[in-house]
Amino acid sequence: MAHAAETHAPTHHYTTTGLDNRKVAIWMFIGSECMLFASLISTYLIYKGKSLVGPYPHEAWTNPQTGQAFKAILNIPVTSISTFVLLMSSFAMVMALAAVENRAKPRPANPTFWWKVENSSKLWLFMTCLMGATFLGFQAYEFTSFVHEGLSIRRNLFGSSFFTLTGFHGAHVTAGVIWLGTLLAIDMKRGLQPKDAVWVDISALYWHFVDVVWIAIFTLVYLIK
Amino acid sequence: MAHETAGHESPDHAHEHPTWKQYRWVALILTVITALEVWAYYQPRLVASPFFVPLLLIMSAAKFVIVVMFYMHLKYDHRLFRALFTGPLTIAMATLIGLLFLLARSAAYMRT
Amino acid sequence: MATVAASPTYATTGVYRTSIMDWLTTVDHKKIGTLYLHTALFFFVVGGVEAIIMRAQLMGPNGKLVSAEVFNQLFTMHGTTMVFLVIMPLSAAFFNFLIPLQIGARDVAFPRLNAFSYWVYLFGGLFITIPIFFNAAPDGGWFAYTPLTGKTYSPGQNMNFWVLGIQILGISSLAAAFNFATTIINMRAPGMHLMRMPMFTWMSFVVQWLIILAFPVITIALFFMQFDRFFGTNFYNTFAGADPLLWQHLFWIFGHPEVYILVLPAFGLVSEVLPTYSRKPLFGYAVVAYSGILIGFLGFGVWAHHMFSVGMGPIADTVFGVTTMLIAIPTGVKIFNWIFTMWGGSIRFTTAMKFAIALIAMFTIGGISGITHASPPSDLQQTDTYYIVAHFHYVLYGGAIMGIFAGIYHYFPKMYGRKMDEKLGTWHFWLNFIAFNLTFFPMHFAGMLGMPRRIYTYDAGQGWETFNMLSSIGAFLMAPAFLIFAYNFFKSKRRGEVAGDNPWDAATLEWSIPSPPPEYNFAQIPMVTSRYPLWDLTHPERMEGIPHSMDGWDEAKQRTGEHVTTGGKHEADVAPMHIESERKSAKELGISMPNPTIKPLWVAAGILVLFSSLPVMYAGKKAIAFTMMAIGGSMFVGFLYAWLTTPMEDAH
Repeated sequence: MAHAAETHAPTHHYTTTGLDNRKVAIWMFIGSECMLFASLISTYLIYKGKSLVGPYPHEAWTNPQTGQAFKAILNIPVTSISTFVLLMSSFAMVMALAAVENRAKPRPANPTFWWKVENSSKLWLFMTCLMGATFLGFQAYEFTSFVHEGLSIRRNLFGSSFFTLTGFHGAHVTAGVIWLGTLLAIDMKRGLQPKDAVWVDISALYWHFVDVVWIAIFTLVYLIK
Repeated sequence: MAHETAGHESPDHAHEHPTWKQYRWVALILTVITALEVWAYYQPRLVASPFFVPLLLIMSAAKFVIVVMFYMHLKYDHRLFRALFTGPLTIAMATLIGLLFLLARSAAYMRT
Repeated sequence: MATVAASPTYATTGVYRTSIMDWLTTVDHKKIGTLYLHTALFFFVVGGVEAIIMRAQLMGPNGKLVSAEVFNQLFTMHGTTMVFLVIMPLSAAFFNFLIPLQIGARDVAFPRLNAFSYWVYLFGGLFITIPIFFNAAPDGGWFAYTPLTGKTYSPGQNMNFWVLGIQILGISSLAAAFNFATTIINMRAPGMHLMRMPMFTWMSFVVQWLIILAFPVITIALFFMQFDRFFGTNFYNTFAGADPLLWQHLFWIFGHPEVYILVLPAFGLVSEVLPTYSRKPLFGYAVVAYSGILIGFLGFGVWAHHMFSVGMGPIADTVFGVTTMLIAIPTGVKIFNWIFTMWGGSIRFTTAMKFAIALIAMFTIGGISGITHASPPSDLQQTDTYYIVAHFHYVLYGGAIMGIFAGIYHYFPKMYGRKMDEKLGTWHFWLNFIAFNLTFFPMHFAGMLGMPRRIYTYDAGQGWETFNMLSSIGAFLMAPAFLIFAYNFFKSKRRGEVAGDNPWDAATLEWSIPSPPPEYNFAQIPMVTSRYPLWDLTHPERMEGIPHSMDGWDEAKQRTGEHVTTGGKHEADVAPMHIESERKSAKELGISMPNPTIKPLWVAAGILVLFSSLPVMYAGKKAIAFTMMAIGGSMFVGFLYAWLTTPMEDAH
């Protein structure tokens, strides 16, 4: 038990389960978010196919009054790429967490280049933020192009439910990028220590959950007609 | 209750921690499944068949479970976290399904 | 047993000697509980006055006291106030004050988040209440059905205050729920297994989960309404093809768990009160705990019983009818457990006990009328009539409020070191009991005779006059009853009979420390060996049949070591079950307590400013609105950042 004291945080408190309060709380928060996104997704699915006017997600439509033609508005190839980027950002996040946790282990005498790459928390946090921001960039592009093509949030049921669902998701990604960016800044300023691992762990859980929600959205909104 | 006698959560769960190699495999598998999903979308006969939706749902469920178990560590963590996640997830799924039954377009035939 | 009375300073004043800044910066769960209690009692008066005005209007046919528009605001605000600003915060007062004490903790898991929850509640409550003074209060019913509450049919600002106000209050409840759930899971004293927790803590635990799972749904429903009203989206816009029932479903998926959120804490309080004054353990503890969990779980499957008249079809009606009847089972089981707790006991009829027994009777009446609504054909006659009004007042007032009064009389000595006056309490009880039944029992009949809800007046000759007159007289009598209580409450704080650690000879941990508890709660965290740890020491004869074991001890002994503390510097911060009567300071004992801070208040204020910008934008004043958004946003982000980067307590 004595050596355990060296590797553990000085400000550690007794807890009934032996787990950190913050980690328990983030899982509860994630549970709550399941209900949040379930409500949003339910609404999207309920309104699928019920819009009275176009544009529609998967079919072209011509406005009978104005004669204006709208194409099927969802862009699967582009969104597939952004999905892949977000998925890879989870990988980067996992690496970032491992890098911070591994600070507790002694550094090898002659670290190889790959060892340094693998264990650079700054690199992986940066990559996560970058990929998250890239995803957001794709979203921004998608949203603006949709608006140009005639789909606004108030156009029809599809517009309202689509922009709200993906917008909420995007807002969560944005919050995540800011959070991770802050961790990166702290890492660059004073370095993240093993005692900070809890914070990185929590932010990782949040980030992965946001990714997992997108997995559901990509399938239910984009791939299923 | 925690099996670690120290009463702390060892931040690296040293005995059962996925390695960087495992993480790479997970990333690869996720990529492959995503590619399969997109590929399926572009097969018109598959899309028209009744297997399309269940197939996609299974594939995304697989990705969901893989991310949760490995990236979010649920496979290796204290079982409390498993309860904290699966409980709400179950209620969320049940609510979603209930709402679809009540309000989706196909529900109209049930209202007489 | 000899307990030394609380030290003179507290005994003479009975109130915390603290400054305004102490209150604004507190992160102490006991003080936050007091804040919730007082604020909620204030809103109780507000909601009560709204009710009395309505009853004055409905006293006779064709009343002329208020117009229809004002009446709409009154019933909307009465419901909204009582649900969100009174019952939930009264429960929160007890969650705050009691949960850490009952589980042997020194505070909640996230003390600053706790303070934040209170300030958000206060600001949200003011946000939603103040408009009534400008005749702009929400007026679409507390459940705000669309399309009535959409922009087309409610173009004024009224519903904006409702939709934004409830959203603000939701933030408060959710934050608190994460806090208390984590606290209960993770901060129990050694040996306190889940099945040894006091029943109030058990019921509260279920409630936190209900909040965690139900509030996100109303959050989304509210966002949809906000987006429709402020940004012109189509979620509830039937002209664009929207389903007119979407709001109702989403609201009641939240709304039904919400009613269990309202009543379970009172059930928990009563489960503390009855064993204490029967001098017997709670009958069927495990059954009561499991039925609470079952109610929580099933509560998510009954929501559409609020919608039996909308035409969901026979399958949906049947399913929800069956699930609703099922949920009556665990609820009813508790009633029997409470009765059997009293059976064979040696009863002391204190005021708290009277209220607890009244809950059993009144809730049963409300439950019986509830079962009659569970059948869709039967409900078709009852829905939207005063019969329903009778039902929910019996369960919410006869149940939740009476249970909370029981809790207040029972725990007042622990909070303030003095007892409330029993004579005044008896007057309060009987006047309240008679007034309550006089108000709501006749409503069953008025409803059966067809009197609809939410009407501001009615014609003579329909057979409703007598019942309405009786209800109004009863309502007017509720006011003096409450005034007696309020007088008793405030007088007893300063001049009540001094109470020791355990004036009621109760069994659970909160009664093993001084009244009021010192800042650090427990000088040494007790090690618990049964679910009635105090009776282990003081009344072992009552403990026959109650399981005991030392297994908590072994684990605690293993964990107690130089680097495992519960906040104190000393090694042995944990000790076998004991009674503490001495009052020291945290510093003397070397216990590190969280530092007070005003940051949570500022974050809450930022949220208020942000939300307040939206009605301004709705009124067309875009420049001001955007400025407010910028200010609110910066306050929120800035103070939140400061909060998160400041350690909770000094390093030790």
